[in-house]
Amino acid sequence: MVRIANAQFWVHDQDEALDFYTTKVGFEVRADVSMDEWGFRWLVVGPVGQPDIGLVLMGIPGPPMTDAETAAQMAEVVAKGAGGTLFLETDDCQAAYDELSARGVVFNDPPTPQPYGIDTSFRDPAGNNVRLTQVLEFSLDRGVAP
Amino acid sequence: MAHPARHLLRAKDLIDARYAEDLTVADLAAVAGLSPAHFSREFRRTFGESPHRYLLTRRLERAAALLRNTDGSVTDICFAVGHTSLGSFTTTFTRVYGMSPTAYRASFPPARRLIRVPDCVARVYGRPQNRTFREAAVG
Repeated sequence: MVRIANAQFWVHDQDEALDFYTTKVGFEVRADVSMDEWGFRWLVVGPVGQPDIGLVLMGIPGPPMTDAETAAQMAEVVAKGAGGTLFLETDDCQAAYDELSARGVVFNDPPTPQPYGIDTSFRDPAGNNVRLTQVLEFSLDRGVAP
Repeated sequence: MAHPARHLLRAKDLIDARYAEDLTVADLAAVAGLSPAHFSREFRRTFGESPHRYLLTRRLERAAALLRNTDGSVTDICFAVGHTSLGSFTTTFTRVYGMSPTAYRASFPPARRLIRVPDCVARVYGRPQNRTFREAAVG
């Protein structure tokens, strides 16, 4: 069997990302290992209670992994919001929204009823998109189909 | 120190969240932390279109979604997405989608509503990119 162990976001500032995902989103640190001679830091966070999958917060690399121009392009793509999306699920979207908001997460939209559930979204400091969905039985009575 | 584009993304997100309101360039520039004149130029450079056009295409995309998926009147939908003139809404919609709002609605069978597409996907992929779109004509 093949399983997903970690997924990965590029971030501009690993300290800032670590603070956001732990202090505000509520994730725990899974690994934080620096290899100073390479300027590399393996930083992994993940949801409390779901230990078998993590989110790697990977610093956007420069030389020798990528040339400076490519690194600048990667940094811009992420900052423009085109880096990617993390899809989270919760049993109670409103409660999670309230809890994360209280810790300082600024959501892009309030919990919104959709035929497939209730969802909301926010961005991390780098610009990566995070979607938070409470999946419910499909019903057109709950919201407007897209 | 955040990347300059990250601040502009806040303005784009604000449009996506509050397209139905009377958003001004000043409102958008404020969340991006830029002067209005500088903001519009930088937004266009970063995202390839003006903030005004992004706002209007977002409104059209949402109007099209409501036409496909609700029974609301064209007038109600026009105002619900932030247009202030039914006439200009109908004209712009027809130019961009190639048919009137009423004809657009009629072209989608009710069963279309049962397709399970996440809202975020519909918004990103459904925004019109018509080359003949003339933003200046929209009220």
